[in-house]
Amino acid sequence: MCRMNTATKNATRNAVCVNGLRKAYGEKVVLDGVDLSIREGEVYGLLGPNGAGKTTIVRILSTLLPADAGTVSVLGHNLGREAGAVRSLIGVTGQFSAVDKLLTGEENLFLMGRLLHLPATDRRVRASELLERFDLVDAAKRTPATYSGGMTRRLDIAMTLMGRPRLIFLDEPTTGLDPRSRHTMWQIIRDLAAEGVTILLTTQYLEEADELADRIGVLDRGRIVAEGTPEQLKRRIPGAHILLRFADGASLAAATRALPEGSRDANELMLRVPKEGGIRSLREVLTRLGDGVAVQDLSIHTPDLDDVFFALTGNPAKEQTQ
Amino acid sequence: MTTLTVAAQDSTIMIGRELKHTLRFPLLLVGTILVPVVMLLLFDYILGGTIGRGLGIAAHGAPYVDFLMPGILVMTVAASCGPTAIQVNTDMTGGIVDRIRTMAVARGALLAGHIGGSVLRTFLAAAVLLGVALLAGFRPKASLIDWLIVAGIVAAFAFALAWLSAALGLAAKSVAGANSSTLPIQFLLPFLSSTFVPADSMPVGVRWFAEHQPFTPIVESLRALLTGAPLGNTAYLALAWCAVIALVGYVWAQAALRRRYPAS
Repeated sequence: MCRMNTATKNATRNAVCVNGLRKAYGEKVVLDGVDLSIREGEVYGLLGPNGAGKTTIVRILSTLLPADAGTVSVLGHNLGREAGAVRSLIGVTGQFSAVDKLLTGEENLFLMGRLLHLPATDRRVRASELLERFDLVDAAKRTPATYSGGMTRRLDIAMTLMGRPRLIFLDEPTTGLDPRSRHTMWQIIRDLAAEGVTILLTTQYLEEADELADRIGVLDRGRIVAEGTPEQLKRRIPGAHILLRFADGASLAAATRALPEGSRDANELMLRVPKEGGIRSLREVLTRLGDGVAVQDLSIHTPDLDDVFFALTGNPAKEQTQ
Repeated sequence: MTTLTVAAQDSTIMIGRELKHTLRFPLLLVGTILVPVVMLLLFDYILGGTIGRGLGIAAHGAPYVDFLMPGILVMTVAASCGPTAIQVNTDMTGGIVDRIRTMAVARGALLAGHIGGSVLRTFLAAAVLLGVALLAGFRPKASLIDWLIVAGIVAAFAFALAWLSAALGLAAKSVAGANSSTLPIQFLLPFLSSTFVPADSMPVGVRWFAEHQPFTPIVESLRALLTGAPLGNTAYLALAWCAVIALVGYVWAQAALRRRYPAS
Protein backbone atom coordinates (compact mmCIF):
# COMPACT_ATOMS: atom_id res chain seq x y z
CA MET A 1 0.00 0.00 0.00
CA CYS A 2 1.49 3.29 -1.08
CA ARG A 3 1.03 6.33 1.10
CA MET A 4 1.78 9.99 0.56
CA ASN A 5 4.00 10.69 3.52
CA THR A 6 4.39 14.39 2.85
CA ALA A 7 4.92 15.11 6.56
CA THR A 8 7.99 12.91 6.82
CA LYS A 9 11.14 14.98 6.65
CA ASN A 10 13.95 12.59 6.02
CA ALA A 11 12.33 9.49 4.64
CA THR A 12 12.04 9.24 0.87
CA ARG A 13 8.84 10.87 -0.20
CA ASN A 14 6.51 9.54 -2.80
CA ALA A 15 5.78 11.75 -5.80
CA VAL A 16 3.10 9.43 -7.09
CA CYS A 17 0.97 6.95 -5.19
CA VAL A 18 -1.35 4.64 -7.05
CA ASN A 19 -3.55 2.08 -5.29
CA GLY A 20 -5.90 -0.37 -6.95
CA LEU A 21 -6.22 1.53 -10.20
CA ARG A 22 -8.78 0.08 -12.57
CA LYS A 23 -9.95 1.08 -16.01
CA ALA A 24 -12.08 -0.75 -18.52
CA TYR A 25 -13.46 0.21 -21.88
CA GLY A 26 -16.73 -1.68 -22.01
CA GLU A 27 -15.87 -5.35 -21.66
CA LYS A 28 -12.18 -4.82 -22.18
CA VAL A 29 -10.25 -4.45 -18.94
CA VAL A 30 -7.18 -2.29 -19.53
CA LEU A 31 -5.99 -1.76 -15.95
CA ASP A 32 -6.78 -4.52 -13.50
CA GLY A 33 -5.74 -3.17 -10.11
CA VAL A 34 -2.46 -1.33 -10.57
CA ASP A 35 -0.46 -0.37 -7.47
CA LEU A 36 2.69 1.64 -7.87
CA SER A 37 4.69 4.29 -6.14
CA ILE A 38 7.20 6.70 -7.57
CA ARG A 39 9.66 8.34 -5.20
CA GLU A 40 10.54 11.97 -5.53
CA GLY A 41 13.52 12.46 -7.78
CA GLU A 42 13.61 9.01 -9.28
CA VAL A 43 13.16 7.80 -12.82
CA TYR A 44 10.47 5.17 -12.81
CA GLY A 45 10.31 3.03 -15.91
CA LEU A 46 6.98 1.51 -16.79
CA LEU A 47 7.85 -1.37 -19.02
CA GLY A 48 5.48 -3.41 -21.07
CA PRO A 49 4.52 -4.43 -24.57
CA ASN A 50 1.96 -2.58 -26.68
CA GLY A 51 -1.50 -2.93 -25.21
CA ALA A 52 -0.27 -3.60 -21.66
CA GLY A 53 -1.89 -0.37 -20.40
CA LYS A 54 1.10 1.99 -20.19
CA THR A 55 -0.51 4.89 -22.02
CA THR A 56 -3.75 4.46 -20.07
CA ILE A 57 -1.81 4.86 -16.81
CA VAL A 58 -0.11 8.00 -18.12
CA ARG A 59 -3.44 9.45 -19.32
CA ILE A 60 -5.02 8.83 -15.93
CA LEU A 61 -2.09 10.21 -13.92
CA SER A 62 -1.90 13.29 -16.13
CA THR A 63 -5.63 14.09 -15.56
CA LEU A 64 -6.74 13.30 -19.12
CA LEU A 65 -8.78 10.24 -18.25
CA PRO A 66 -10.84 9.39 -15.17
CA ALA A 67 -10.19 6.03 -13.52
CA ASP A 68 -13.00 3.55 -12.83
CA ALA A 69 -11.64 2.72 -9.39
CA GLY A 70 -8.60 3.22 -7.21
CA THR A 71 -6.91 6.17 -5.56
CA VAL A 72 -4.16 8.26 -7.02
CA SER A 73 -2.22 11.07 -5.46
CA VAL A 74 0.27 13.12 -7.38
CA LEU A 75 2.73 15.37 -5.51
CA GLY A 76 0.47 15.39 -2.47
CA HIS A 77 -2.74 16.16 -4.33
CA ASN A 78 -5.65 13.82 -4.77
CA LEU A 79 -6.08 13.37 -8.49
CA GLY A 80 -9.87 13.23 -8.45
CA ARG A 81 -10.44 16.28 -6.24
CA GLU A 82 -7.49 18.51 -7.11
CA ALA A 83 -6.85 17.96 -10.78
CA GLY A 84 -6.14 21.66 -11.26
CA ALA A 85 -3.37 21.67 -8.66
CA VAL A 86 -1.88 18.53 -10.20
CA ARG A 87 -1.87 20.13 -13.64
CA SER A 88 0.16 23.08 -12.45
CA LEU A 89 2.94 20.75 -11.20
CA ILE A 90 3.27 18.19 -13.98
CA GLY A 91 4.58 18.15 -17.51
CA VAL A 92 3.47 15.63 -20.11
CA THR A 93 5.06 14.54 -23.34
CA GLY A 94 2.72 12.10 -24.97
CA GLN A 95 3.32 9.45 -27.55
CA PHE A 96 2.34 11.70 -30.42
CA SER A 97 4.04 15.02 -30.84
CA ALA A 98 2.04 17.80 -29.26
CA VAL A 99 3.56 20.74 -31.07
CA ASP A 100 1.59 23.35 -32.98
CA LYS A 101 2.62 22.76 -36.58
CA LEU A 102 1.67 26.25 -37.79
CA LEU A 103 3.74 28.07 -35.18
CA THR A 104 7.54 28.31 -35.20
CA GLY A 105 9.57 26.50 -32.56
CA GLU A 106 10.01 29.71 -30.61
CA GLU A 107 6.32 30.64 -30.89
CA ASN A 108 5.38 27.20 -29.58
CA LEU A 109 7.46 27.88 -26.48
CA PHE A 110 6.02 31.39 -26.14
CA LEU A 111 2.50 29.95 -26.37
CA MET A 112 3.29 27.63 -23.47
CA GLY A 113 4.79 30.54 -21.53
CA ARG A 114 1.67 32.65 -22.06
CA LEU A 115 -0.63 29.82 -21.02
CA LEU A 116 1.52 29.36 -17.90
CA HIS A 117 1.09 33.09 -17.22
CA LEU A 118 4.84 33.69 -17.13
CA PRO A 119 5.85 37.36 -17.28
CA ALA A 120 7.11 38.43 -20.71
CA THR A 121 10.80 38.57 -19.73
CA ASP A 122 10.73 35.14 -18.03
CA ARG A 123 9.00 33.78 -21.10
CA ARG A 124 11.75 35.02 -23.42
CA VAL A 125 14.60 33.99 -21.14
CA ARG A 126 13.19 30.51 -20.53
CA ALA A 127 12.42 29.96 -24.22
CA SER A 128 15.92 30.92 -25.36
CA GLU A 129 17.42 28.76 -22.58
CA LEU A 130 15.46 25.75 -23.78
CA LEU A 131 16.16 26.39 -27.46
CA GLU A 132 19.84 26.49 -26.60
CA ARG A 133 19.70 23.42 -24.40
CA PHE A 134 17.88 21.30 -26.97
CA ASP A 135 19.96 22.46 -29.90
CA LEU A 136 17.05 24.21 -31.60
CA VAL A 137 18.47 27.72 -31.90
CA ASP A 138 18.81 27.48 -35.69
CA ALA A 139 15.33 26.03 -35.98
CA ALA A 140 13.69 28.55 -33.65
CA LYS A 141 12.20 30.67 -36.43
CA ARG A 142 11.02 27.74 -38.52
CA THR A 143 7.82 25.73 -38.18
CA PRO A 144 8.00 22.05 -37.17
CA ALA A 145 7.02 21.06 -40.72
CA THR A 146 10.72 21.45 -41.56
CA TYR A 147 11.96 19.51 -38.48
CA SER A 148 13.24 15.95 -38.28
CA GLY A 149 11.52 13.50 -35.94
CA GLY A 150 14.22 13.99 -33.31
CA MET A 151 13.94 17.79 -33.48
CA THR A 152 10.15 17.68 -33.15
CA ARG A 153 10.49 15.45 -30.11
CA ARG A 154 13.04 17.82 -28.59
CA LEU A 155 10.71 20.78 -29.13
CA ASP A 156 7.95 18.71 -27.57
CA ILE A 157 10.05 18.15 -24.43
CA ALA A 158 11.14 21.79 -24.38
CA MET A 159 7.45 22.82 -24.36
CA THR A 160 6.85 20.45 -21.47
CA LEU A 161 9.71 22.06 -19.55
CA MET A 162 8.60 25.70 -20.01
CA GLY A 163 6.75 25.55 -16.70
CA ARG A 164 9.57 23.83 -14.78
CA PRO A 165 7.41 20.85 -13.80
CA ARG A 166 8.41 18.77 -10.76
CA LEU A 167 7.07 15.58 -12.29
CA ILE A 168 7.31 14.67 -15.95
CA PHE A 169 5.48 11.95 -17.80
CA LEU A 170 7.27 10.69 -20.87
CA ASP A 171 5.14 8.25 -22.82
CA GLU A 172 7.41 6.25 -25.12
CA PRO A 173 9.70 9.21 -25.74
CA THR A 174 11.99 7.39 -28.17
CA THR A 175 9.46 5.43 -30.21
CA GLY A 176 10.04 6.13 -33.88
CA LEU A 177 13.38 7.89 -33.39
CA ASP A 178 16.57 6.91 -35.17
CA PRO A 179 19.39 5.51 -32.98
CA ARG A 180 21.23 8.82 -32.76
CA SER A 181 18.14 10.78 -31.72
CA ARG A 182 17.35 8.02 -29.25
CA HIS A 183 20.69 8.48 -27.55
CA THR A 184 20.22 12.24 -27.50
CA MET A 185 16.85 11.68 -25.83
CA TRP A 186 18.43 9.35 -23.28
CA GLN A 187 20.94 12.05 -22.40
CA ILE A 188 18.11 14.60 -22.04
CA ILE A 189 16.32 12.26 -19.64
CA ARG A 190 19.51 11.66 -17.64
CA ASP A 191 20.09 15.42 -17.40
CA LEU A 192 16.53 15.98 -16.17
CA ALA A 193 16.96 13.25 -13.58
CA ALA A 194 20.22 14.87 -12.47
CA GLU A 195 18.31 18.10 -11.83
CA GLY A 196 16.06 16.21 -9.45
CA VAL A 197 12.94 16.09 -11.61
CA THR A 198 10.80 13.02 -10.98
CA ILE A 199 10.17 11.13 -14.20
CA LEU A 200 7.68 8.46 -15.18
CA LEU A 201 8.91 6.93 -18.37
CA THR A 202 7.04 4.32 -20.35
CA THR A 203 8.81 2.17 -22.83
CA GLN A 204 8.56 -1.09 -24.64
CA TYR A 205 12.32 -1.21 -25.02
CA LEU A 206 13.86 -3.28 -22.26
CA GLU A 207 17.27 -1.82 -22.94
CA GLU A 208 15.88 1.69 -22.46
CA ALA A 209 14.34 0.97 -19.06
CA ASP A 210 17.56 -0.77 -18.00
CA GLU A 211 19.59 2.22 -19.16
CA LEU A 212 17.52 5.03 -17.62
CA ALA A 213 15.28 3.86 -14.82
CA ASP A 214 16.10 3.76 -11.11
CA ARG A 215 13.19 1.42 -10.67
CA ILE A 216 11.13 -0.51 -13.14
CA GLY A 217 7.56 -1.72 -13.01
CA VAL A 218 6.77 -4.51 -15.42
CA LEU A 219 3.22 -4.10 -16.72
CA ASP A 220 1.50 -7.08 -18.22
CA ARG A 221 -2.19 -7.17 -19.17
CA GLY A 222 -3.13 -4.31 -16.86
CA ARG A 223 -1.18 -5.48 -13.81
CA ILE A 224 2.26 -4.73 -12.39
CA VAL A 225 3.77 -8.20 -12.32
CA ALA A 226 7.13 -7.15 -10.93
CA GLU A 227 8.75 -4.05 -9.53
CA GLY A 228 12.28 -3.22 -8.51
CA THR A 229 15.63 -1.90 -9.62
CA PRO A 230 16.91 -3.34 -12.89
CA GLU A 231 19.41 -5.37 -10.84
CA GLN A 232 16.73 -6.73 -8.51
CA LEU A 233 14.62 -7.79 -11.45
CA LYS A 234 17.52 -9.51 -13.13
CA ARG A 235 18.37 -11.35 -9.91
CA ARG A 236 14.87 -12.73 -9.74
CA ILE A 237 15.51 -15.02 -12.63
CA PRO A 238 18.10 -17.71 -13.06
CA GLY A 239 20.61 -17.74 -15.86
CA ALA A 240 23.60 -15.70 -14.68
CA HIS A 241 26.77 -17.53 -15.61
CA ILE A 242 30.45 -17.24 -16.42
CA LEU A 243 31.50 -18.48 -19.78
CA LEU A 244 35.08 -19.78 -20.15
CA ARG A 245 36.68 -20.56 -23.48
CA PHE A 246 39.84 -22.65 -23.89
CA ALA A 247 42.50 -23.06 -26.53
CA ASP A 248 42.53 -26.87 -26.51
CA GLY A 249 40.76 -29.98 -25.23
CA ALA A 250 43.33 -30.61 -22.50
CA SER A 251 42.67 -27.24 -20.87
CA LEU A 252 38.93 -27.82 -21.09
CA ALA A 253 39.32 -31.22 -19.44
CA ALA A 254 41.41 -29.75 -16.62
CA ALA A 255 38.88 -26.98 -16.08
CA THR A 256 36.01 -29.43 -16.00
CA ARG A 257 37.77 -31.35 -13.23
CA ALA A 258 38.33 -28.16 -11.24
CA LEU A 259 34.75 -26.92 -11.72
CA PRO A 260 32.51 -29.99 -11.82
CA GLU A 261 29.29 -27.90 -11.51
CA GLY A 262 29.93 -26.39 -14.97
CA SER A 263 28.39 -27.69 -18.14
CA ARG A 264 30.84 -28.23 -20.99
CA ASP A 265 30.58 -27.79 -24.70
CA ALA A 266 33.38 -29.91 -26.19
CA ASN A 267 32.89 -28.70 -29.76
CA GLU A 268 33.21 -25.04 -28.86
CA LEU A 269 35.80 -25.77 -26.13
CA MET A 270 33.59 -23.85 -23.67
CA LEU A 271 32.62 -24.31 -20.06
CA ARG A 272 29.53 -22.60 -18.64
CA VAL A 273 29.71 -22.09 -14.88
CA PRO A 274 26.61 -20.93 -12.95
CA LYS A 275 27.35 -17.76 -11.02
CA GLU A 276 25.65 -16.33 -7.95
CA GLY A 277 26.63 -12.98 -6.56
CA GLY A 278 29.17 -10.59 -7.96
CA ILE A 279 32.93 -10.35 -8.21
CA ARG A 280 33.41 -12.81 -5.35
CA SER A 281 32.04 -15.72 -7.34
CA LEU A 282 34.25 -14.74 -10.27
CA ARG A 283 37.31 -14.70 -8.01
CA GLU A 284 36.31 -18.09 -6.58
CA VAL A 285 36.04 -19.58 -10.07
CA LEU A 286 39.47 -18.26 -11.03
CA THR A 287 41.02 -19.48 -7.77
CA ARG A 288 39.64 -22.97 -8.24
CA LEU A 289 40.94 -23.03 -11.81
CA GLY A 290 44.44 -22.27 -10.52
CA ASP A 291 47.42 -21.11 -12.57
CA GLY A 292 47.80 -24.32 -14.52
CA VAL A 293 44.77 -23.98 -16.76
CA ALA A 294 45.10 -21.51 -19.64
CA VAL A 295 41.85 -19.64 -20.19
CA GLN A 296 41.66 -18.10 -23.63
CA ASP A 297 38.56 -16.00 -23.09
CA LEU A 298 36.16 -15.22 -20.29
CA SER A 299 32.79 -13.51 -20.27
CA ILE A 300 30.16 -12.84 -17.64
CA HIS A 301 26.50 -13.16 -18.61
CA THR A 302 23.70 -11.52 -16.67
CA PRO A 303 20.16 -11.96 -17.88
CA ASP A 304 18.73 -8.95 -19.69
CA LEU A 305 15.23 -7.64 -19.20
CA ASP A 306 13.96 -9.72 -22.10
CA ASP A 307 14.74 -12.77 -19.99
CA VAL A 308 13.03 -11.09 -17.04
CA PHE A 309 9.89 -10.43 -19.00
CA PHE A 310 9.79 -13.96 -20.27
CA ALA A 311 10.37 -15.42 -16.82
CA LEU A 312 7.75 -13.20 -15.17
CA THR A 313 4.92 -13.44 -17.65
CA GLY A 314 5.64 -16.65 -19.48
CA ASN A 315 5.36 -14.61 -22.64
CA PRO A 316 7.99 -13.05 -24.75
CA ALA A 317 7.63 -9.27 -24.72
CA LYS A 318 5.80 -9.22 -27.99
CA GLU A 319 2.76 -7.21 -28.81
CA GLN A 320 -0.29 -7.88 -26.67
CA THR A 321 -3.03 -6.74 -28.95
CA GLN A 322 -6.63 -6.61 -27.94
CA MET B 1 -6.65 36.29 -10.22
CA THR B 2 -10.20 35.05 -10.25
CA THR B 3 -11.24 32.05 -12.30
CA LEU B 4 -13.09 34.35 -14.68
CA THR B 5 -10.12 36.61 -15.45
CA VAL B 6 -7.92 33.54 -15.98
CA ALA B 7 -10.52 32.13 -18.36
CA ALA B 8 -10.67 35.44 -20.23
CA GLN B 9 -6.87 35.64 -20.38
CA ASP B 10 -6.44 32.08 -21.57
CA SER B 11 -9.17 32.53 -24.19
CA THR B 12 -7.49 35.68 -25.47
CA ILE B 13 -4.20 33.79 -25.75
CA MET B 14 -5.92 31.07 -27.75
CA ILE B 15 -7.65 33.62 -30.02
CA GLY B 16 -4.21 35.14 -30.63
CA ARG B 17 -2.97 31.69 -31.58
CA GLU B 18 -5.83 31.30 -34.10
CA LEU B 19 -5.02 34.69 -35.65
CA LYS B 20 -1.39 33.67 -36.00
CA HIS B 21 -2.56 30.43 -37.63
CA THR B 22 -4.53 32.51 -40.12
CA LEU B 23 -1.42 34.53 -41.00
CA ARG B 24 0.68 31.36 -41.36
CA PHE B 25 -1.94 29.49 -43.32
CA PRO B 26 -3.67 32.25 -45.33
CA LEU B 27 -5.65 29.66 -47.27
CA LEU B 28 -7.98 29.64 -44.25
CA LEU B 29 -8.93 33.20 -45.13
CA VAL B 30 -8.46 33.16 -48.90
CA GLY B 31 -11.14 30.50 -49.39
CA THR B 32 -13.54 32.37 -47.16
CA ILE B 33 -13.02 35.51 -49.25
CA LEU B 34 -12.68 33.99 -52.69
CA VAL B 35 -15.90 31.96 -52.82
CA PRO B 36 -18.26 34.83 -51.92
CA VAL B 37 -16.38 37.29 -54.15
CA VAL B 38 -16.58 34.90 -57.12
CA MET B 39 -20.28 34.32 -56.38
CA LEU B 40 -20.88 38.07 -56.24
CA LEU B 41 -19.13 38.74 -59.52
CA LEU B 42 -20.57 35.68 -61.24
CA PHE B 43 -24.15 36.42 -60.29
CA ASP B 44 -23.91 40.18 -60.72
CA TYR B 45 -22.03 40.41 -64.03
CA ILE B 46 -22.87 37.18 -65.81
CA LEU B 47 -26.28 36.12 -64.56
CA GLY B 48 -27.39 39.38 -62.96
CA GLY B 49 -28.75 41.10 -66.06
CA THR B 50 -31.46 38.51 -66.65
CA ILE B 51 -32.11 37.81 -62.96
CA GLY B 52 -32.28 41.54 -62.20
CA ARG B 53 -34.87 42.15 -64.93
CA GLY B 54 -36.89 39.18 -63.70
CA LEU B 55 -36.82 40.41 -60.11
CA GLY B 56 -38.67 43.63 -60.84
CA ILE B 57 -40.45 44.74 -57.70
CA ALA B 58 -38.52 42.44 -55.36
CA ALA B 59 -35.37 44.53 -55.84
CA HIS B 60 -37.29 47.69 -55.01
CA GLY B 61 -36.11 49.18 -58.27
CA ALA B 62 -32.47 48.98 -57.23
CA PRO B 63 -29.78 47.26 -59.33
CA TYR B 64 -29.41 43.49 -58.83
CA VAL B 65 -26.13 43.93 -56.94
CA ASP B 66 -28.04 45.69 -54.16
CA PHE B 67 -30.39 42.71 -53.91
CA LEU B 68 -27.52 40.22 -54.13
CA MET B 69 -24.93 41.70 -51.77
CA PRO B 70 -26.70 41.06 -48.42
CA GLY B 71 -27.12 37.38 -49.33
CA ILE B 72 -23.47 37.10 -50.37
CA LEU B 73 -22.54 38.66 -47.05
CA VAL B 74 -24.40 35.83 -45.30
CA MET B 75 -22.63 33.38 -47.61
CA THR B 76 -19.32 34.82 -46.42
CA VAL B 77 -20.29 33.98 -42.86
CA ALA B 78 -21.14 30.45 -43.98
CA ALA B 79 -17.84 30.15 -45.87
CA SER B 80 -15.99 30.45 -42.54
CA CYS B 81 -17.42 27.09 -41.47
CA GLY B 82 -14.89 25.09 -43.48
CA PRO B 83 -11.72 26.66 -42.01
CA THR B 84 -13.15 26.56 -38.49
CA ALA B 85 -14.02 22.86 -38.70
CA ILE B 86 -10.60 22.16 -40.26
CA GLN B 87 -8.75 24.01 -37.51
CA VAL B 88 -10.69 22.35 -34.70
CA ASN B 89 -10.19 18.93 -36.24
CA THR B 90 -6.46 19.53 -36.80
CA ASP B 91 -6.11 20.25 -33.09
CA MET B 92 -8.14 17.22 -32.08
CA THR B 93 -6.29 14.79 -34.36
CA GLY B 94 -2.89 16.13 -33.20
CA GLY B 95 -1.50 16.00 -29.69
CA ILE B 96 -1.91 19.68 -28.82
CA VAL B 97 -5.29 19.28 -27.11
CA ASP B 98 -3.85 16.60 -24.82
CA ARG B 99 -1.01 18.93 -23.95
CA ILE B 100 -3.24 21.90 -23.17
CA ARG B 101 -5.62 19.76 -21.12
CA THR B 102 -2.76 18.55 -18.92
CA MET B 103 -1.86 22.19 -18.18
CA ALA B 104 -3.56 24.49 -15.72
CA VAL B 105 -5.35 26.29 -18.57
CA ALA B 106 -8.99 27.34 -18.41
CA ARG B 107 -11.04 24.45 -19.78
CA GLY B 108 -12.98 26.39 -22.40
CA ALA B 109 -10.01 28.40 -23.71
CA LEU B 110 -9.13 26.15 -26.61
CA LEU B 111 -12.58 26.22 -28.23
CA ALA B 112 -13.01 29.88 -27.29
CA GLY B 113 -9.88 30.53 -29.35
CA HIS B 114 -11.40 28.78 -32.34
CA ILE B 115 -14.76 30.54 -32.00
CA GLY B 116 -13.16 33.97 -31.54
CA GLY B 117 -10.73 33.36 -34.38
CA SER B 118 -13.55 32.25 -36.63
CA VAL B 119 -15.67 35.35 -35.93
CA LEU B 120 -12.69 37.65 -36.53
CA ARG B 121 -11.83 35.87 -39.80
CA THR B 122 -15.44 36.28 -40.90
CA PHE B 123 -15.36 40.02 -40.25
CA LEU B 124 -12.10 40.34 -42.17
CA ALA B 125 -13.56 38.45 -45.12
CA ALA B 126 -16.78 40.48 -44.93
CA ALA B 127 -14.77 43.73 -45.05
CA VAL B 128 -12.97 42.59 -48.21
CA LEU B 129 -16.27 41.52 -49.74
CA LEU B 130 -17.81 44.87 -48.96
CA GLY B 131 -14.94 46.61 -50.73
CA VAL B 132 -15.37 44.47 -53.83
CA ALA B 133 -19.13 44.98 -53.77
CA LEU B 134 -18.74 48.77 -53.56
CA LEU B 135 -16.42 48.62 -56.57
CA ALA B 136 -19.02 46.51 -58.38
CA GLY B 137 -21.63 49.21 -57.88
CA PHE B 138 -23.24 48.22 -54.59
CA ARG B 139 -24.82 51.33 -53.04
CA PRO B 140 -26.12 50.63 -49.54
CA LYS B 141 -28.78 52.95 -48.13
CA ALA B 142 -28.19 52.04 -44.49
CA SER B 143 -27.85 54.55 -41.67
CA LEU B 144 -25.16 54.18 -39.01
CA ILE B 145 -27.68 52.45 -36.73
CA ASP B 146 -28.59 50.11 -39.59
CA TRP B 147 -24.90 49.27 -40.09
CA LEU B 148 -24.52 48.51 -36.40
CA ILE B 149 -27.50 46.16 -36.56
CA VAL B 150 -26.02 44.56 -39.69
CA ALA B 151 -22.74 44.02 -37.82
CA GLY B 152 -24.65 42.62 -34.86
CA ILE B 153 -26.56 40.11 -36.95
CA VAL B 154 -23.41 39.09 -38.85
CA ALA B 155 -21.59 38.63 -35.52
CA ALA B 156 -24.44 36.58 -34.08
CA PHE B 157 -24.62 34.34 -37.13
CA ALA B 158 -20.82 34.00 -37.30
CA PHE B 159 -20.77 33.05 -33.61
CA ALA B 160 -23.57 30.51 -34.07
CA LEU B 161 -22.03 28.89 -37.14
CA ALA B 162 -18.61 28.84 -35.45
CA TRP B 163 -20.02 26.67 -32.66
CA LEU B 164 -21.73 24.43 -35.18
CA SER B 165 -18.50 24.13 -37.19
CA ALA B 166 -16.52 23.43 -34.01
CA ALA B 167 -18.93 20.58 -33.27
CA LEU B 168 -18.55 19.26 -36.82
CA GLY B 169 -14.77 19.52 -36.48
CA LEU B 170 -14.85 17.67 -33.16
CA ALA B 171 -17.12 14.93 -34.48
CA ALA B 172 -15.22 14.33 -37.73
CA LYS B 173 -12.60 11.59 -37.91
CA SER B 174 -10.34 13.47 -40.31
CA VAL B 175 -9.60 16.98 -41.53
CA ALA B 176 -11.08 16.19 -44.95
CA GLY B 177 -14.23 14.85 -43.31
CA ALA B 178 -14.49 17.96 -41.16
CA ASN B 179 -14.34 20.19 -44.21
CA SER B 180 -16.87 18.22 -46.26
CA SER B 181 -19.36 18.13 -43.41
CA THR B 182 -19.61 21.93 -43.63
CA LEU B 183 -20.27 22.01 -47.38
CA PRO B 184 -24.09 21.87 -47.07
CA ILE B 185 -23.93 24.96 -44.82
CA GLN B 186 -21.56 26.72 -47.18
CA PHE B 187 -23.41 26.01 -50.43
CA LEU B 188 -26.69 24.13 -50.19
CA LEU B 189 -28.42 26.36 -47.66
CA PRO B 190 -27.46 29.67 -49.37
CA PHE B 191 -28.80 28.44 -52.73
CA LEU B 192 -32.00 27.17 -51.14
CA SER B 193 -32.67 30.55 -49.55
CA SER B 194 -33.52 34.02 -50.82
CA THR B 195 -29.82 34.82 -51.35
CA PHE B 196 -29.98 34.92 -55.16
CA VAL B 197 -33.72 35.13 -55.93
CA PRO B 198 -36.80 35.69 -53.74
CA ALA B 199 -38.18 32.52 -52.14
CA ASP B 200 -41.64 33.11 -53.67
CA SER B 201 -40.18 32.63 -57.16
CA MET B 202 -39.19 29.04 -56.33
CA PRO B 203 -41.10 25.76 -56.91
CA VAL B 204 -43.52 24.98 -54.06
CA GLY B 205 -41.47 22.39 -52.10
CA VAL B 206 -38.22 24.32 -52.37
CA ARG B 207 -40.06 27.53 -51.56
CA TRP B 208 -41.45 26.05 -48.33
CA PHE B 209 -37.95 24.94 -47.35
CA ALA B 210 -36.43 28.31 -48.25
CA GLU B 211 -39.00 30.16 -46.20
CA HIS B 212 -38.43 28.00 -43.13
CA GLN B 213 -34.66 27.69 -42.97
CA PRO B 214 -32.36 30.08 -41.06
CA PHE B 215 -30.58 31.69 -44.01
CA THR B 216 -33.70 33.34 -45.44
CA PRO B 217 -34.67 35.52 -42.43
CA ILE B 218 -31.00 36.46 -41.92
CA VAL B 219 -30.59 37.42 -45.59
CA GLU B 220 -33.94 39.25 -45.57
CA SER B 221 -32.96 41.22 -42.46
CA LEU B 222 -29.63 42.34 -43.90
CA ARG B 223 -31.27 43.13 -47.22
CA ALA B 224 -33.92 45.30 -45.56
CA LEU B 225 -31.24 47.11 -43.50
CA LEU B 226 -28.85 47.66 -46.42
CA THR B 227 -31.46 48.68 -49.00
CA GLY B 228 -33.35 50.92 -46.58
CA ALA B 229 -36.53 48.82 -46.71
CA PRO B 230 -38.65 48.31 -43.57
CA LEU B 231 -37.12 45.65 -41.28
CA GLY B 232 -40.33 44.23 -39.78
CA ASN B 233 -39.99 41.18 -37.54
CA THR B 234 -37.46 39.27 -39.63
CA ALA B 235 -34.53 40.45 -37.48
CA TYR B 236 -36.05 38.79 -34.40
CA LEU B 237 -36.55 35.58 -36.36
CA ALA B 238 -32.95 35.85 -37.60
CA LEU B 239 -31.58 36.30 -34.08
CA ALA B 240 -33.75 33.46 -32.77
CA TRP B 241 -32.25 31.18 -35.41
CA CYS B 242 -28.76 32.31 -34.41
CA ALA B 243 -29.53 31.51 -30.78
CA VAL B 244 -30.86 28.05 -31.66
CA ILE B 245 -27.89 27.21 -33.92
CA ALA B 246 -25.40 28.47 -31.33
CA LEU B 247 -27.05 26.40 -28.61
CA VAL B 248 -27.18 23.23 -30.72
CA GLY B 249 -23.55 23.74 -31.79
CA TYR B 250 -22.41 24.39 -28.22
CA VAL B 251 -24.19 21.39 -26.71
CA TRP B 252 -23.02 19.12 -29.53
CA ALA B 253 -19.43 20.38 -29.26
CA GLN B 254 -19.36 19.81 -25.50
CA ALA B 255 -20.77 16.31 -25.95
CA ALA B 256 -18.19 15.49 -28.64
CA LEU B 257 -15.43 16.79 -26.39
CA ARG B 258 -16.67 14.68 -23.47
CA ARG B 259 -16.52 11.57 -25.62
CA ARG B 260 -12.79 12.21 -26.05
CA TYR B 261 -12.19 13.54 -22.54
CA PRO B 262 -14.78 12.00 -20.21
CA ALA B 263 -15.67 13.91 -17.06
CA SER B 264 -12.66 16.15 -16.80
